[in-house]
Amino acid sequence: MKKLYYLWQFMKGNRALYIISIASIGMATFLSFFWPMVLRITVDSIIGGKALEAQGWLKPVFSSAYDFFGGRTGLAGKLWICSIFLIAITLIRGVFLYFKGKWSAVASESIAQHIRDRVYDHLQLLPYDYHVKSKTGDLIQRCTSDVETVRRFLAIQFVEVGRALFMVGFALSFMLPMSVPMTLVSMALIPFIFGFAVIFFLKVKKAFQLSDESEGRMSTVLQENLSGVRVVRAFARQAHEIGKFDDKNSEYRDLTYRLIWLLAWYWSISDFLSLIQIAAVLILGTFWAAQGIISLGTLLAFSTFVGMMLWPIRQMGRVLTDMGKTMVSVGRIHEILDEPTEEFHEDIEISVKGKIEFNDVSFEYETGKPVLKNISFTVEPGQTVAILGPTGSGKSSLVHLLPRLYDYTSGSIKIDGSELKDIDKHAIRKNVGLVLQEPFLFSRTLKENIGMSRIDCEDDEVFNAAQIASVHDVIMDFQSGYETAVGERGVTLSGGQKQRIAMARTLVMNTPILIFDDSLSAVDTETDAAIRTHLSKREKKATTFIISHRLTTLAEADIILVLEHGKLVQKGSHEELVSQEGLYRRVWMIQNSLEEELETELKNNNVKTGVDNKKISLETA
Amino acid sequence: MSIFKEQEYTKRFDFSLWKKLYRFIKPYKKRMLVLAVFMLSLAGVDVILPLMSKYAIDHFVVPQQTHGIVGFGVVYFVFILVQSMNIYFFIAIAGKIEMGISYDIRKKGFEHLQELSFNYYDKTPVGWIMTRMTSDSTRLGEFISWGLVDMVWGVSLMLGIVFVMLFMQWKLALITLTVVPVLVMISLYFQKKILKAYRRVRKINSQITGAFSEGITGAKTTKTLVREEENLLEFQEITTKMNRSSVRAAIFSSLYLPVVLTLGSIGTGLVLWRGGNGVLLGTISYGTLVAFISYTVQFFEPLRELSRVFAELQNAQASAERIFSMIDEKPNIQDTPEIIEKYGDITECKKENWPCIEGNIQFKEVSFGYKEGEYVLDNFNLEVQAGETIALVGETGSGKSTIVNLACRFYEPTKGVVLIDGVDYRKRSLLWLHSNLGYVLQTPHLFSGTIKENIAYGRLDASEQEIVEAAKLVNAHEFISNLEKGYDSEVGEGGGLLSTGEKQLISFARAILTDPKIFVLDEATSSVDTETEKKIQDAIHKVLADRTSFIIAHRLSTIRSADRILVIQKGNITEYGTHRELIKQRGYYYRLYSNQFMEERESELLTA
Repeated sequence: MKKLYYLWQFMKGNRALYIISIASIGMATFLSFFWPMVLRITVDSIIGGKALEAQGWLKPVFSSAYDFFGGRTGLAGKLWICSIFLIAITLIRGVFLYFKGKWSAVASESIAQHIRDRVYDHLQLLPYDYHVKSKTGDLIQRCTSDVETVRRFLAIQFVEVGRALFMVGFALSFMLPMSVPMTLVSMALIPFIFGFAVIFFLKVKKAFQLSDESEGRMSTVLQENLSGVRVVRAFARQAHEIGKFDDKNSEYRDLTYRLIWLLAWYWSISDFLSLIQIAAVLILGTFWAAQGIISLGTLLAFSTFVGMMLWPIRQMGRVLTDMGKTMVSVGRIHEILDEPTEEFHEDIEISVKGKIEFNDVSFEYETGKPVLKNISFTVEPGQTVAILGPTGSGKSSLVHLLPRLYDYTSGSIKIDGSELKDIDKHAIRKNVGLVLQEPFLFSRTLKENIGMSRIDCEDDEVFNAAQIASVHDVIMDFQSGYETAVGERGVTLSGGQKQRIAMARTLVMNTPILIFDDSLSAVDTETDAAIRTHLSKREKKATTFIISHRLTTLAEADIILVLEHGKLVQKGSHEELVSQEGLYRRVWMIQNSLEEELETELKNNNVKTGVDNKKISLETA
Repeated sequence: MSIFKEQEYTKRFDFSLWKKLYRFIKPYKKRMLVLAVFMLSLAGVDVILPLMSKYAIDHFVVPQQTHGIVGFGVVYFVFILVQSMNIYFFIAIAGKIEMGISYDIRKKGFEHLQELSFNYYDKTPVGWIMTRMTSDSTRLGEFISWGLVDMVWGVSLMLGIVFVMLFMQWKLALITLTVVPVLVMISLYFQKKILKAYRRVRKINSQITGAFSEGITGAKTTKTLVREEENLLEFQEITTKMNRSSVRAAIFSSLYLPVVLTLGSIGTGLVLWRGGNGVLLGTISYGTLVAFISYTVQFFEPLRELSRVFAELQNAQASAERIFSMIDEKPNIQDTPEIIEKYGDITECKKENWPCIEGNIQFKEVSFGYKEGEYVLDNFNLEVQAGETIALVGETGSGKSTIVNLACRFYEPTKGVVLIDGVDYRKRSLLWLHSNLGYVLQTPHLFSGTIKENIAYGRLDASEQEIVEAAKLVNAHEFISNLEKGYDSEVGEGGGLLSTGEKQLISFARAILTDPKIFVLDEATSSVDTETEKKIQDAIHKVLADRTSFIIAHRLSTIRSADRILVIQKGNITEYGTHRELIKQRGYYYRLYSNQFMEERESELLTA
C-alpha cells in the first residue's frame, strides 16, 4: 500500500492529465457502444418494420434522433444519414482515442522524466561514502529498467485497466435494457476468461524469469569469451568455448521456446473460450430471434458487444499480474530516494587564502574504529605538505576531510581561521581541488574533460593546465588532439595519462588548496618531477597536499607529515626528518643502499647462469 | 556524445541480402511450409465465421424457424476447435522457427568469432559484437518467423475477404473496396513514421543509460569537481529530449488508429447505405448485409499487421547486414587449407601429425605495424634458444607487447619471418603453436565458474590431483583451501569475487597445468600486498624453469633472473645483455633499475 502511495506521489503534477486521459478512454468506450446501437436501429426499425424500441435511459437519446429525421419513412429513403452517424461516431470516438493516447503519453513521460531527474539529482547529492560502498550495476539497473517498468505501467497499463472497467460497466448498462437473458449469456464466460488470464500469467512468471536468466547466462559466456579472447587463443580453447557457448545458446533456445509453447497453449485456450462465448451469443441469440423473443438488431448489437469486450478483459488479466512487478520497481527506486543526502546552502561564495590548522582532529568511519587520532598541524598559505605513511595509515582519510567528503568526528579544522564544519560543502569544494588516485574520465573529448570543472573555461586555460600536468604533448600526439574522445569507443589511455588529465582538470579550477591523493602513482619519475616544477612556477601558489611514496617528491615539500596507524608520528622538513630515527629516514636510506647493492651484485663473479640468478632474487625478494 | 554512430541503412529491399540469409532459412523450409498451411487455415476460418452469421440470419432469424440449429451449433463448434488448434500450432511452430534461426545465427557467429584475428578485436568494441550476437540475431529470428505468420495470414485473409465479398455481391464489394487503397497508403505511411519515431526513442534511451552509468561511476569525481548542477542540467537535456520524442512517437501511434478506424467506418457506412437499400429492395439478404459489415471491420487488422511487417523489413535488413558484416569478416591470420588438411582445425585437430616442439624462436628481419605505414618494429632480429628466459623492458608503447604478440602468432609479421625450431610458423598450424603456449596476462582474465574449472582451463582433462598440485606449485593452494568451498568456490563474473593477487595466482596455476614449451608473461604492475607479491614472484620462477620464455617485466627479481634482458625503445633493441652487463653500461637500463629499486623498497616499507 505504501508503494501505491509512492506511485501516487510520483504522479504529482500530472494527476489532472491522467484524469483527462481516463475520461477520454471512458468517452471513447462509451461511444464505441453507440456504433452497434445505430446498426441495430437501422436494421430493426428502418430496414425492418419494427417500431423503435429503446428501453430505459437509451430511449430519449435514440428516439429523439429517430423522430427528428422523420422516423422510419423519412429515414428509409435516406439511409446515408445512418451511415453519416456511423462515421461521425467513429470520428468523435477517434478524437477521444487520440486524446487518451496523447495525454497518457504526456503524463507518463513527464512522470518518467521527473523520476529520472530526481533520482539522478539525488544520487549526485548522496554522500561520498555512499558511492564508495554502492554497487554500480545494481544502481544503474534501478535507474533504467525499474524506471522503465514504472513508465510502461503508467503509460499503457494504468489506462488499460480504466478501459476494461469502463467496458464492462458500459456493456452492462447498454445490454441490460435490451435483454436480460442475452446479457447473462454474453457475460457467462467473461469471468472464466479473465480468471484464466490472471492465473496463467501468475503461473508462467517463472518461465519468463527462467528465459531471462538463461539469456543472461548466455550473454555472460559471450562477454567473457570476447573480453578474454587472448586467453582463449593462448590456450587454444576455441573448441571448448564453442561447446560452452552452445550449451548456453541451446539452453536459452529451449527455455524460451518452452515459454512460447506455454503462450501457445494460453492463446489457444483463451481464444477457444472467447470463440465459445461469441458462439453462445450468436446461437442462443439466433434461437431467440427466430422465436421472435429478441430482434435481429439486438442480436447484432450483442454480437458486436461481446467481440468488443473480450480483448480488454484478456489484457487486464495480464496487467494485474504485471502490477506486482511495477510495485517492486517503485520500491527499488524509492530505496535510493530514501537515502539522506548531503546538505548544501545555496550560492555561497567564499574566498580562501589557504591557511589550514588541524587541532586535535580525530575521525572514524564507524564508531569505535578511529582512522585518524588527535592530529594537529598548521599550514601557511602556499606551502606544500607531503604525506607519507604505510597503506591504511589514514593518509587518504586525512585529505578527504578538507573538501568535507567526510566530516571529522572531534577536534577542529580551521581554514583561514573559520571552522571547516561551518563552511558550506559546495563552497569549500569549489576551493579545494582534489585529484583522486583512480580518477574517472567522462566519455567526451579530452578538451571537454579538462575544461568541465568550470563552465566558462577558455581553450587557453585548458591548454595551459594540460601543459602544467605535462600531458599537452601526449594529447597533441593523438590524431585528433584535444578533440580525441575518451571512453570505450575512444582512445585507450594509460593509467598515467588518465591521472595527468585528471590533474589538468583539477588545475583548471584554480583552487587555493590542491590535493594530490597519490594521483601521480602511475606517472614515471621524470614526468613527476617536471609536473612539480611546473606547479611551483604557477603565479598564485596554492596550498598543496601531496600523498606520495616518491622520495624526491617528499623531500621538496615545506612540511612532511608521517602517518602511522592514524597517528601523526613525525612532522617537519626534509632535513629535520632525515636526522631523526623513523619511517622517513628508513625510506631515505634506501637510496644509499642502491649503490651498495649494485656493487655486491657486480662483485659476485661466480654468478653466471640464469638459474643461479633466480636463487639470489628469491632471497632478496 | 559518442563519436561512433550506428550506421544507417536506408535501402528498400535488398534481394542479395535475403539470398545470403537463405542458408539460415533453409533448414526450416519444411516447417515454414507447414506454418504457412496453418496460417492459411487460420485465415480461412476467419473468413468463414461471418458467413456462419450470415447463414444463421438468413436461415433461422429471417424465416423465423429453428429447424437445424443444433447441427449449425455443432458445425460452429467444429470451426472453433479447428481455429483453436490453428492458433496453438501456429504459435508453437513459429516459436520453434524463431528460436531455431536465432540460435543458428548465434552459433555460426560465435564459431566465426573464435577464428577472427586480434586485429578485428582491436578495432571492434565488445559492445558492438554483443549487439550483433544478441539483439540483432533475435530480431532476425523474430522477423523471419512472425513476419511470415503475419504475411501469410494478412494476405490470405484480405484476399479471402475480397473474394467472398465479390462472390456474394460484386457491386457492393467494389463500392466497399474503394477505401482500401487509401487505407493501405495511410497504413504504410504511419507504420514507417511510428517505427522511425520509436527507433529514435530507443537511441535516446541508450543515451540515458549511458548518462546514468557515467553519473554513478563518476559520482565521486563529480563531488570533487563540484559539478553536480551542470551534470544535472546536461542530464535534464537528455531526459527532456527523451520526453519530447517519446510523446511524439506516442502521438503518431495514437493518431494512426483513429484515422484508420474513421476511414474504415466510411467503408462500413457505404455498406450500410447501399446494402441497406438493397435489403429494402429485396436484392440483398439481411445476412449478406451483416457479413459485409463484419468484413469491413475485419479488414483493418491484417492491413495494420502487414504494413507493420513492411516497416520492420528495414530494421530486419539492418540487423542482417550487421550480422553478415561480422560473419563475412575474413580472419587475417589463418592456416592455409593444406595446413588444415595436415594438422586439423579448431573443430577437429589432428594431434597425431603435430611435430614435437623444442622452443627455439627466431625473428628474422621482422617488420610489423598495426596500421598500414606505421611500423612498430622495423627489421627486427632476435634469436632465442630453447629454455632461455628473455626479459623485455622499456616504456609503454615501445613495442614490447608487439614482440610477444608476434612470437605467439597473435599477429603475423608484415615483412620477414618468425621461425620456430627453424621452421616458419606459418607452415605449422596455429593450434599447434597455441597448444604449446603458456600465457599469463597483466590483468588476469578468469571465466565465471569454480576455481577448479578455471585452473582446468589449462588442461581440460586434468585430474583433481593435478589441479591441486598445480595450485600448490604456484602457492595458490593455501588461499584456495581457506575458502569456504575450496576448489569449488565460484570466482564470479570475470573473477570479480577474487582479489587481483588471487586471480594472478590462479592464472599461473592454469598456465602451468598446460606444461607449455613457450611461456609468455606480461607482468602485472598493480601492487598487491607483500605476502601475495612474494608468492607471485615465487610462482613466476617455478613456471619459467626450462621453458623458452618472454617476459614483459616490471619487477626487479623477474628482470634479474632473466638470461637476457632486452631494452626496447621505439621498436629497436637499444641495450641487451645480462643484468650485470647492463648495469655496468650505466645507460637507460641502469636508470630504470635504480628507479624501480627504490620504488620497490619503498613500497616494501610502506605496504607492510
